[in-house]
Amino acid sequence: MSENKQNSAPKSYLEETGGRKGIFKWILSTDHKRIGLLYLYSIMAWFFIGVTLGVLMKLELIAPGKTIMGAQSYNATFTVHGVIMIFLVVIPGLPAVFGNFMLPIQIGAKDVAFPKLNLLSWYIYIAGSILVVSSLFAGGGPPDTGWTFYAPYSFKTGTNMLPAVLGAFVLGFSSILTGLNFIVTTHRLRAPGMSWMKLPVFPWAIYGTAWIQLLATPIVGITLLMVLGERIFNIGFFDPAKGGDPILFQHLFWIYSHPAVYIMILPAMGAISEIIPTFSKKTIFGYRFIVFSTLAIAFVGYFVWGHHMFTSGMSGTALFTFSILTFIVAIPSAIKVFNWVATMHQGSISTDVPFLWAASFIFVFLVGGLTGLVLGALATNVHLHDTAFVVGHFHFIVFGGTGFAFFGALHYWFPKIYGKMYDRSWAKTGWAIFFVGYIALYMPMFFLGVMGMPRRYFDYLPEYHGPNIISSLGALVMVTGFVIMVINLFRAVKTGEKAPQNPWGGTNLEWQISSPPTLENFDEIPTIDKATYKYD
Amino acid sequence: MYDISPQDASNFVAGVDLAFMIILIVSVFFLVAITAVMIYFIRRYKKEKHPKAIQNEGSVKLELLWTFIPLALVLVMFYFGWMGWKPMKNPPEEAMEVTAIARMWNFRFEYENGKLTDSLYVPVNQPVVLNLRALDVLHSLYIPAFRVKEDMVPGNLKKMWFIPGQVGSYDIFCTEYCGLEHSYMYTGVRVMPEEEFEQWLKDTTAVAATTDASATPADQGFDVLTRNGCNACHSSDGSRLVGPSYLGHWGTMREVTVDGEKTEVMVDEEYIRTSIYDPNAAIVDGFNKGLMLSYEGLVTEEEIELIIAYIKSINE
Repeated sequence: MSENKQNSAPKSYLEETGGRKGIFKWILSTDHKRIGLLYLYSIMAWFFIGVTLGVLMKLELIAPGKTIMGAQSYNATFTVHGVIMIFLVVIPGLPAVFGNFMLPIQIGAKDVAFPKLNLLSWYIYIAGSILVVSSLFAGGGPPDTGWTFYAPYSFKTGTNMLPAVLGAFVLGFSSILTGLNFIVTTHRLRAPGMSWMKLPVFPWAIYGTAWIQLLATPIVGITLLMVLGERIFNIGFFDPAKGGDPILFQHLFWIYSHPAVYIMILPAMGAISEIIPTFSKKTIFGYRFIVFSTLAIAFVGYFVWGHHMFTSGMSGTALFTFSILTFIVAIPSAIKVFNWVATMHQGSISTDVPFLWAASFIFVFLVGGLTGLVLGALATNVHLHDTAFVVGHFHFIVFGGTGFAFFGALHYWFPKIYGKMYDRSWAKTGWAIFFVGYIALYMPMFFLGVMGMPRRYFDYLPEYHGPNIISSLGALVMVTGFVIMVINLFRAVKTGEKAPQNPWGGTNLEWQISSPPTLENFDEIPTIDKATYKYD
Repeated sequence: MYDISPQDASNFVAGVDLAFMIILIVSVFFLVAITAVMIYFIRRYKKEKHPKAIQNEGSVKLELLWTFIPLALVLVMFYFGWMGWKPMKNPPEEAMEVTAIARMWNFRFEYENGKLTDSLYVPVNQPVVLNLRALDVLHSLYIPAFRVKEDMVPGNLKKMWFIPGQVGSYDIFCTEYCGLEHSYMYTGVRVMPEEEFEQWLKDTTAVAATTDASATPADQGFDVLTRNGCNACHSSDGSRLVGPSYLGHWGTMREVTVDGEKTEVMVDEEYIRTSIYDPNAAIVDGFNKGLMLSYEGLVTEEEIELIIAYIKSINE
């Protein structure tokens, strides 16, 4: 690139302020990249709080009996940990941050279809977050129902349920509007020549996710409204004393919350499908099958919610059906794993930071998926349901899966987003410590579950002590790795070396524009004439 | 790893553990195999050793192979899961029935002859059906050693059953989160030889009579409170739990809400009786309605006298 051209190059989106100053550069901007970063910062802030609460729980469980807090505080801690992590961190997570930032760029567009609606979605997200957090301080103390808000306890408890439930309700709208925006963007704004089968996998995953956000979220919205009606007006939807049915709540809740797991994991799979080809210098193996399996997961994912309720009381026919569908939904995920590994075959692999996150993602995702088979089978589910085994499985998928992919994506796209490069050896150190701590933290939960230790336990019998010690110590190690990673990235934003346009040798559109991108991403909208991930 | 109980602790252990072992073996195989292949590829095709990638867009044959082999395997897993579970839903006709009653935060077991206990006693090698009742919120009765668990849903009478196969004592946990003292809502099941059980069952004088009759009424009152799980929500030292403390209110006037109207009542014998039999009639300011259920039929008039004696004694 010649000197001249660089000098005449337009300003990057970070320099382009639209005449606004200070914080207004951010909170009034409708640029999809700035909105992506707004989400990144707000989600990271919630994530720090969620992690802190998680560590407090692990410290409480390091020994039987009361260790650092009482039962009520513990119950509130796991509830708020769950609500923050699920509704404020993992569900918006990859779609809101990287979907916003990368979807338009990867399909060759200047922005999303409705930039103002996009900014509004962020404001709704913040409003919902504030409502959720206000439940900690106002009235009867933080909610203590678990993030599942199961009736009838959720309308009997004296704690501050209304703001938490209302907050989750409001957050739903942010999710719905973001989904709507991404669907329209993907349909209408693809660059000339970018047919559906030339779309990279990440936009595909964001697109599939967007449909789930749009179709499933209203169900949880109306369910949470019913809980509010129950608490305020004593209507009796779920109250057996008034002829209601507590199991109805569980159905409604999981009809959303199971597909929500796919809102969390599909974009993660999308990000992994970007990283592996780039670092293997090889086109993705079985592109069509990966895309098809994404859509299959998005579709079949609607019909397996009943596997959260195998002991709640359903007919044998329902259990049979939900169990067999649960096993079938595992197949598209297996197909992806095989294709990712096959992509590495005969590649030219550089084990750089994002690749390490992606490869370890495959391992933890496998553990999460395979333990899911144990829970999908009826006989073993009855034994392990609502034990620590479920907590382990769930964290392997949601934190192992989505979390590892998020960190991988962050390290992958960081040079593009900030135009800076982080210190790679520190990033590798952080990853290694995090990985070891992570395994030590969650593996023991499988043993505890098989031994019969129920979940959501403030205290436990002495026979469960051993694995709990390892788990708690693992949490401390993992957090150490996490802190190293975060400090390293913060330093890179401030003082990192300038990153080139295409540091990893990727082939998709985001690597063909400057780092950081200009306000409108492309000087002129590109015309796409070849398939994605072409390394010839 | 899987040695929390003998394989014949109940009639379901073998079926559940078989399904578990099959899934575990297949899972460990795939976990190890895929991870090993991945690590091998990463080392074998390192940039330094393999500078030029060989492009390969995919193979329909391979895709079909790794669609249908896993599909067949998961269907096998499903089958064993189903077979291990199926007997759980069909209790035999001749089984002995015990009613299990859950409330925040204890279990009670009621036998057909009216005997009432706080842990479960069953004869070995006899089918037992538990009729599951929850009085307030969701609970779940879980006996890890027997591999059985069923949620207890208010307003919905459910059943679970098992045949204990080994004399011994095993844990019972509540596994559905039910509030403050959830993690202390556990008890045990004691499996006895049949004769010993018959003997035990006949002895109805022992109904709820763990109290030593020679103790003072106040001490007996405290036993009644302990046995009924009252102390989970009401303290004896004035500290605030879910409900008001026993200490510091006796003989005083309290602000309460009756039918939505604020009024004052004297905390006396009549008030204590009402608070046990009709707990939501008058709610002390600052506490919540609907958390406590009536103990009518569970706590007798005589026991209430003992409770009152205890409350009087600590407030003197």
